[in-house]
Amino acid sequence: MSELRYLLFLGCTIPYRVTSYEISARKIFAKLGIELVEMPDFNCCGLPVDPADHEVMLALAARNLCLAEQQGLNIITLCTGCATTLRKVNRMLKQEKELKTRINEYLKEVDMEFKGTAEAQHFIQAFKEDVGFDRIKETIQEPLVGLKVAEHCGCHLLRPSKVMAYDDPEDPAVLKGLIQLTGAKCLDYADEAECCGYTIIAIDEKVALQLTREKLHHVKAAGAQALITVCPSCHLMFDMQQSRIERMFNERFELPVLHYPQLLGLAMGFTPDELAFNELRVNPSRILEAIKAT
Amino acid sequence: MGEKTEALRDVQPTRLDPSFKYEVMKERDGETLKICFQCGTCTSSCPTARFSDSYRPRTILRMAQLGLRRKVLSSPTLWLCTACFTCTDRCPQDVEVASVLRVLRNLAIREGQIPRIYAELASNIYETGYAYKIPEQRERKRQEVGLPPLPKPSLDKVDRLIELVGGSKLIKSKEPE
Repeated sequence: MSELRYLLFLGCTIPYRVTSYEISARKIFAKLGIELVEMPDFNCCGLPVDPADHEVMLALAARNLCLAEQQGLNIITLCTGCATTLRKVNRMLKQEKELKTRINEYLKEVDMEFKGTAEAQHFIQAFKEDVGFDRIKETIQEPLVGLKVAEHCGCHLLRPSKVMAYDDPEDPAVLKGLIQLTGAKCLDYADEAECCGYTIIAIDEKVALQLTREKLHHVKAAGAQALITVCPSCHLMFDMQQSRIERMFNERFELPVLHYPQLLGLAMGFTPDELAFNELRVNPSRILEAIKAT
Repeated sequence: MGEKTEALRDVQPTRLDPSFKYEVMKERDGETLKICFQCGTCTSSCPTARFSDSYRPRTILRMAQLGLRRKVLSSPTLWLCTACFTCTDRCPQDVEVASVLRVLRNLAIREGQIPRIYAELASNIYETGYAYKIPEQRERKRQEVGLPPLPKPSLDKVDRLIELVGGSKLIKSKEPE
């Protein structure tokens, strides 16, 4: 078995306001025998400034890739935005000589050089390709049989598909498969692969929240008891913004939103406290009771 | 004046800038603008277009092809792309739709049209390495719950890099008074 050792790229959104994701992820990684090395240095992956200046994004991403190369490790991320950005820029710099030369001229000024010796991936991809479903299955101690949930992969786990390239962007299956390992049933619902709206909330809040709201409707209509996310930004929209959407549109969802590591963690036998359930905005007690009842 | 009449008024030879499409095509991923044949798959796949009255990726690409430079670059709807990349994935012509839209936003910023949020995000990265200003007490809280300290960015290096690639124009503290 290959060694499961990665450089953890935490990104900005998780330490800023989604610590529950990090806490639960570290728990399940340890249980799976995944060793995480902390970044020795860091800057934002670059994605947030791509709409403003593509070249700045490229440089910021490249610097992180260089840090991984210096450590001789591949990057693992929890955020889909960091994953897509680091993968995309890595691919571009490896394929395009001219671009690589230009970016390396900048990097040289900060004593770095992009060589193209590291990879970057979201942990869901690593679970599929490096860890393997069998190994995850072996860690399940308390299967969540009877539980019905839905998944939200998030755009950047799937698209651009030529960059992500390990799942079907029109009918994503990897996260679903990983959810089913826990014993829970993962339901289909309308427009599963659609956007949560996060990236435009500061530009047009109403449009952004309507995107989130529509997804919440579809998930509820399918009969899911919880929504499972694998991105801090998507999680903020569905969990933190949910009560706001309820007030704005005068309706009730009361749909608990869990990070996938929290769901898997429960099935591994961790307690809700160990998985930072107390940090969720939408009260998860009904789903915890449903699990207890099964 | 109705919306249609207004659009027609804009499509006048004197209002068009025929060089605009070349300006777009010169930028990375912008070259695919020329192969858009206006089928509308992007707009019909666009999550934002369903809820916004004005944001239509197909229309923006057509306006760019026609050379409606000022209209495109000053349009507030340019900023409503969520970068979900569904349009790019589904385009039958392999137009990098989302990336062409990013090129247009980059050009708008070069003209000085920077939405506050992007100046803020860029400035945060310049000042802290992170896109958000993470409160100091967060570090203490991390320790309490057993999390390792956050990675410390080498700010001198990060800032030097941002300046080298021409990112200074995004930074609030560097704005000309």
